[in-house]
Amino acid sequence: MCDNNDKPCCGAHKEIDFGAADEILNQYRGKEGVLIPVLQKIQAEYGWLSQPLVEHIARELNIYLSEVYGVVSFYSQFYTEPRWRYTIQICRGTACHVKGSLRILENIEDELDVKAGQMTKDGKFTVEEVNCVGACGIAPVVILGQKTLGSITVAETLDALRNFEEQ
Amino acid sequence: MSKNSKNKKLNNKSVNTAPNTNELTQVLICMGTGGVAAGALDVWASFKEELVLRNIPAMLGKRSCKVKQTGCRGLCAMDVLVDIIDPKLGKHTYKHVKPEMVSDLIEKHILGHEPIVKWFAGKDYEQFYVKQERTVMKQYGLVDPESIDDYIEAGGYIALKKAFKMEQVEVIEEVKKSGLRGRGGAGFPTGMKWGFCHATHGNDKYIIVNADEGDPGAFMDRSLLEGNPHAVLEGLIIGAYAIGCNHGYFYCRAEYPLAVKRLKIAIEQANEHGFLGDDILGSGFNLDVKVKEGAGAFVCGEETALMASIEGMRGMPRPRPPFPAHQGLWKKPSNINNVETFANIPLIINNGGDWYAGIGTEKSKGTKIFSLTGKIRNTGLIEVPMGITIKEVVFDICGGIPGRKRKFKAAQMGGPSGGCIPESLVDVPIDYDSLVEVGAIMGSGGVVVMDNTACMVDMSRFFLTFTQQESCGKCVPCRIGTKTMLEILTRITLGHGCEGDVDLLISLANDIKGSSLCGLGQTAPNPVLSTIRYYRDEYDAHIREKRCPANSCKALLKFEVIEELCKKCGICLKQCPVDAIIWKPKTKAVIELDKCIKCQTCIDACPFLAIH
Ligand SMILES: Cc1cc2nc3c(=O)[nH]c(=O)nc-3n(C[C@H](O)[C@H](O)[C@H](O)COP(=O)(O)O)c2cc1C
Ligand code: FES
Repeated sequence: MCDNNDKPCCGAHKEIDFGAADEILNQYRGKEGVLIPVLQKIQAEYGWLSQPLVEHIARELNIYLSEVYGVVSFYSQFYTEPRWRYTIQICRGTACHVKGSLRILENIEDELDVKAGQMTKDGKFTVEEVNCVGACGIAPVVILGQKTLGSITVAETLDALRNFEEQ
Repeated sequence: MSKNSKNKKLNNKSVNTAPNTNELTQVLICMGTGGVAAGALDVWASFKEELVLRNIPAMLGKRSCKVKQTGCRGLCAMDVLVDIIDPKLGKHTYKHVKPEMVSDLIEKHILGHEPIVKWFAGKDYEQFYVKQERTVMKQYGLVDPESIDDYIEAGGYIALKKAFKMEQVEVIEEVKKSGLRGRGGAGFPTGMKWGFCHATHGNDKYIIVNADEGDPGAFMDRSLLEGNPHAVLEGLIIGAYAIGCNHGYFYCRAEYPLAVKRLKIAIEQANEHGFLGDDILGSGFNLDVKVKEGAGAFVCGEETALMASIEGMRGMPRPRPPFPAHQGLWKKPSNINNVETFANIPLIINNGGDWYAGIGTEKSKGTKIFSLTGKIRNTGLIEVPMGITIKEVVFDICGGIPGRKRKFKAAQMGGPSGGCIPESLVDVPIDYDSLVEVGAIMGSGGVVVMDNTACMVDMSRFFLTFTQQESCGKCVPCRIGTKTMLEILTRITLGHGCEGDVDLLISLANDIKGSSLCGLGQTAPNPVLSTIRYYRDEYDAHIREKRCPANSCKALLKFEVIEELCKKCGICLKQCPVDAIIWKPKTKAVIELDKCIKCQTCIDACPFLAIH
């Protein structure tokens, strides 16, 4: 059993309700080139793509499991590990790099004691590096939850983290 | 065109004396990505709220007041930008608008007809537009991107109607005449590309807009899609007609949700107006357009990988030939162009290929949008005629480098496939061929400006980290070669570089360039080669002296204050997040190393570059 119910479940031991997935699958079944949109929609529903889910998708679309995993692992937007609702995305594009985004990332990692790509121990945040989010004019950019923070310094980022209020 | 008439054309000035003839007071709020990040949504809400609360439209009598969202107008550094257009006073632009300023703006400017001078965007804002030539971006900041009526009122879809009265080959001929070259990076002549695909049989072909914008540090495609999606769509429809394609795709980065949303709205509106769908404008020509969202992979910007991705597979490039014009998406003839390429098409059809060919240089025609970012005063988007120099762009338009002791060091162009232009070459004209000559490329138009605090070895390592991560792994030179290069660069920045590393890098780079399958690998070594070409001494300093001349590579820093350079100002103390700096007025600052977390904030903050 999951020892902490506040965290997203790892999904390995629990029965997953495929209802929502089936609804999405039904819209796409029999069409060509649908794997990516199906994975996107299902991930949006479930938060991440657990193994039982991926197996279910492969079965329903009649595609080899290896092929589905091939696609899932290729694109950076698909997650095969649980994520918490709040993500901290640190832009690591060129403009942000020149404006010191690496320092911001390192300091966030130290502050929260995690590495990029991981979830914090209290399960509150997932820290993520992203490539350019297209707001280079206000680099460096950090996206905290839903909020885009532009032209931000190390100190301001740490402040924003400490004062983050859950919506 | 004389300078004066050019200036007059720009209605973006802070003070415009020409009164607006219609009776409407308009408030235009910049709601591009930069604007929204700077709080445009709150400003928008405040305007809406105050107008209703105070019943302003009624107070203005038969005149009314309208609040409108517009796309990015370029100068993101001054966001949130708000224009107030008063029928009598003309247009005034305010910068850095905050919700708490809204009530005063309404009270004094809209009701009292007295603009608030101290909040004007002012001289810098005007200067920003002087050397620009805005054709593609002309409607930016004026039309509401979610309204087809706005676009039509501004002259939209006239080109489409005109094109449909022309023969297909006439349209292609016009594009050929214009000399337009693809804006996605390689600069292939667009008319010629259309001609190839047109020459294949049938109408069961695909036309694709490449909106993957992978270069991290470039955002013009995003701004086009968010600021004026109908212009891109109109270009696409004209292209589809000319080539004879019944199916269209937008392949858009997943990181751009607002662009996707606005595109979908635009497509729906165009369908309603009969510009899309069956029998467009009674011509018998059909076109359906779909939006596909990417899922985060840089290589999907490469055309064959992009097609694989639309087909639902791993986005791996395919060897060419067969070229997409013969066998592309779903093995059907396909034509792919960049967002900005398509945005130029309506202008060419409206004004003629000859008009377009009159702008720019002999081999690079028209205007180009660049995104200027990094260590530069006015970050944002600019549109300039081809052939302008880097110097004009960086210093005249974008206001140069902020900070007294900070100097221009290099401009990086073309992102992970490009190279940098050092200070000695700032007079090089920006056109496809001159840039290649100096080891950079036009790329998609991202220009990242670096000052003397940027380490060029670190920049190389940065780009290689990126390309190495994004390499799809299909071919060995790219998969293993970039990794080896990255390892060498990393050890140099950590102070473990050894003699001969630079030569090893050069030889690896040439092998990877020569033997990779797709453009990603073929161009990945460029940033390294270019920095070695111009900044070899920096590499040597890292390797031989274990020193980073730009004071940027953390492992090589001492975190000490240099006595002769410290001006005892105390700025470092205020910035330090862990209070590791001891400073009193008129004394030199000292860093307590046991408290210091090496975050480099003080190094960035010191105006005199006195910490190393
Ligand atoms: C690794 C790689 C990434 C690319 N990324 C993009 C991109 O993000 N956007 C784009 O328009 N073209 C990109 N291209 C270029 C496309 O392959 C193609 O040349 C272009 O879309 C053609 O459009 P154009 O003729 O209008 O320039 C990329 C090429 C390579 C090799
Ligand atoms: S590089 Fe960070 S937003 Fe573009």
